[in-house]
Amino acid sequence: MMGEPVTLPGLARVAVCGGTHGNELSGLYVVREMERRRREEGDKVRTVSLTLVVSNPRAVEVCRRYVETDMNRCFTNAVLSSPVSDTTPYEVRRAQELNTLLGPKCSAQAVDLLCDLHNTTSNMGLCFICNSSTDWTILHIYKYIQSKLTDAPVRLLLIDIPLADSYSLDSMGKHGFSLEVGPQPHGVIRADIFNIMKQGVDLFLEWIDQFHSGVVFESFEVDAYVRKRSMDYPREPETRQITAAVHPQLQDRDFTLLNPGNPVFLTFSGETVRFDGEESLYPFFINECAYYEKGIAFHLAEKKTLRVPSVKVKKS
Amino acid sequence: MTSRNVSCFPEARKVAIFGGTHGNEMSGVMLVNMWKKNGAEIQRNGMVTKPFITNPRAVEKCTRYIDTDLNRAFTPENLSGPWDEGLPYEVQRAKEINQMFGPKGSPDAYDVIFDLHNTTSNMGSTLILESSTDHFNLQMVHYIKKSIAPASCAVLLNEHPHLKYSTSRSVAKHPIGLEVGPQPQGVLRSNIFESMRDILKHALDFIELFNTGVEFPPCAVDVFKVIERVDYPRDANGNITAMVHPHLQDCDWEPLNPGDPMFQTFDGRAVPYQGSSPVYPTFINEAAYYEKQQAFVITRREMLAATAIRKSI
Repeated sequence: MMGEPVTLPGLARVAVCGGTHGNELSGLYVVREMERRRREEGDKVRTVSLTLVVSNPRAVEVCRRYVETDMNRCFTNAVLSSPVSDTTPYEVRRAQELNTLLGPKCSAQAVDLLCDLHNTTSNMGLCFICNSSTDWTILHIYKYIQSKLTDAPVRLLLIDIPLADSYSLDSMGKHGFSLEVGPQPHGVIRADIFNIMKQGVDLFLEWIDQFHSGVVFESFEVDAYVRKRSMDYPREPETRQITAAVHPQLQDRDFTLLNPGNPVFLTFSGETVRFDGEESLYPFFINECAYYEKGIAFHLAEKKTLRVPSVKVKKS
Repeated sequence: MTSRNVSCFPEARKVAIFGGTHGNEMSGVMLVNMWKKNGAEIQRNGMVTKPFITNPRAVEKCTRYIDTDLNRAFTPENLSGPWDEGLPYEVQRAKEINQMFGPKGSPDAYDVIFDLHNTTSNMGSTLILESSTDHFNLQMVHYIKKSIAPASCAVLLNEHPHLKYSTSRSVAKHPIGLEVGPQPQGVLRSNIFESMRDILKHALDFIELFNTGVEFPPCAVDVFKVIERVDYPRDANGNITAMVHPHLQDCDWEPLNPGDPMFQTFDGRAVPYQGSSPVYPTFINEAAYYEKQQAFVITRREMLAATAIRKSI
C-alpha cells in the first residue's frame, strides 16, 4: 500500500482489565502482578496513564464466571443506562460503575484503549478479539503482538458488531480488544498460559510507547477469522440434556478447516454426527465450558484478508 | 493347613457406580445419567449394578458442591450424628447415602462402589485405593490394568493417616475411585468419557468372573503411595505467590528430583523442589485443590503383593 501513513490520535489513557469472568485466572493474576510491580517499584516511565482493573471482584472471590449474570454481556447502551433497583443483578450494577470509571461508553471521556483479559478451555492459543476491521490502531497492535510472540499461535478474531450493539467490556474504550488465551481449565492458573498473556500485555504497551515516540508502522495484509455462526450440541428435546460430546477428531482442532462431512460429534451411543454445512469453515471456541449454557458447542468463522495502512501518531 | 494363601471373599452381588459426587466432573455425571436411562451395558450375571447420582443439587448447578465437599463428608461424626434440617446439604446427603448403600462397616453395605471423578491434572486414567490390604481390590486393579494394555492406568494409594479422607465410596466393603484427566470442570471430553467407560467395563467383567468362582493367582501391583501434600507459596493474606512451574505442569507420575523447578513466581523466578530424594508428584494443579492448600501431592512408588483370591463357598 502506497501513500503517507495515516495519522492517528495518541492513546493517553489505557485500561487493562482482568477477572471479568471470576474463574478465568490469567488476566486476574496479570493485573495483580502489574499492580504489585507498580506498588513496589513505582510507575514505569510510560507515555500513557495506565488503569488496572479487577472487573468482577465478587465473582473472583468465589472463583465463578459470574455471580448473577455474565458481566461481559452487560455493556450495551440499554443495560448501562437502565435504572438500578433492589433486584438489579450485581454485574449490571458493577458494569455501570465501570462505565463511570472507564467510560462513559461512546463519549469523549472514555479511556482511549481498553484491553480485557480472558481464558478459554478451548485450544485457541492467543486470540486477539476485536469488533472492527477498520480500527487501524487495534490492528497494528495485533500485528505487533503477532510478529513478536512465538510461544503460542496468535490469531485475529473479528466479531463484527456495530458499536451500538456491542455488549462486551472492551467496547467501553474508544478502542478496545480482548486477549483470549487457552487452553486452560477455569479455576486453574497455568504458568505457560500466564506467561503468554503477560507477554501479550507487555507487547501492546510496548507498541504504544513506540507509537507515541513517532515510529511509523508499515502497512500490511493480515488474515482475520470472522465469526459467521455457531453450532449447538445434539440435545434431548424435553430435558435439553446433551446427547453427544465434541468428536475426538474435532476436539482441540480450533482454527483447523472443517469440511462438510467431517465428524463433529460422537453420541453416547457411539454414532458419529457429521458437519452438514454447505461450505468449509474454521471452528473455534470448541468445547468452551461456559458456552454449554449458551447452547454453543463451537463457533464457525470464515477467513478474510484485511489490508491495513501504515500509521503514525498525530502530533498534537 | 493350606499350602497356598488364598483370600476368600463373598460373592459381590451389590455393586454401585457413583457419578456427580462433584457436580462439575462431567464424565461420571453423563455416564451415570446414561446408564440410569439404559443400564444394559453395566449389568452382569449374578449381580446388580446400580448407577447413582450422589450430589444431584451440585450436578444441577454444575458446581463441585453446594455447602461442603461431599467426598470429605463421610466421617464417623457426620454419619452417626443426629439428623438436623440445618445440617449442610452434603452432610444430609452423606447420611442418606450411608443408609442406602451402607451402613459403612456393616455386613449389609454394598460390596463394591466405583466413584467416578475427573481432574484438571494430567493424570490419565487413575484408580484410587484406600487400603493396601484389600486383596480383592488389588486383584481388580491388576485385572483392569492388564485388560486395557497397552493403554495405561496408574494406581494411587491413599492410606495416609492425615491425608486420607472420608469418601462417598467408603461406605462400601470395597471402594474404588476412578479419576480421569485432564478435563476442565464443566467440560465433557469424548476421549476422557470413553476411557472411563472402558475401565468400568473391565472392572465389571472382573467382578462377574470372580462371582463365577474363578481363582485369581497372586500378583504384584505397582502403586503410587501418597506421602505428603505440597501447597503453593502464599503471602500473608493467603494469596498464592507462584504457579506450578511449566516444567512440572502436566508431568504427573514423572520423577521430581531435588533441584528440579517446582513453582514459578509471577515475576518469572523458578522455585526448586528441595526434598532429599526423587518423588512422584500427582494431582498437579487440580482446580479444586487451591482452596485445600494443595498444589500437588508427593507419592513414592511401591509394589504391593496381592494374595490369590476366590469367592467363598
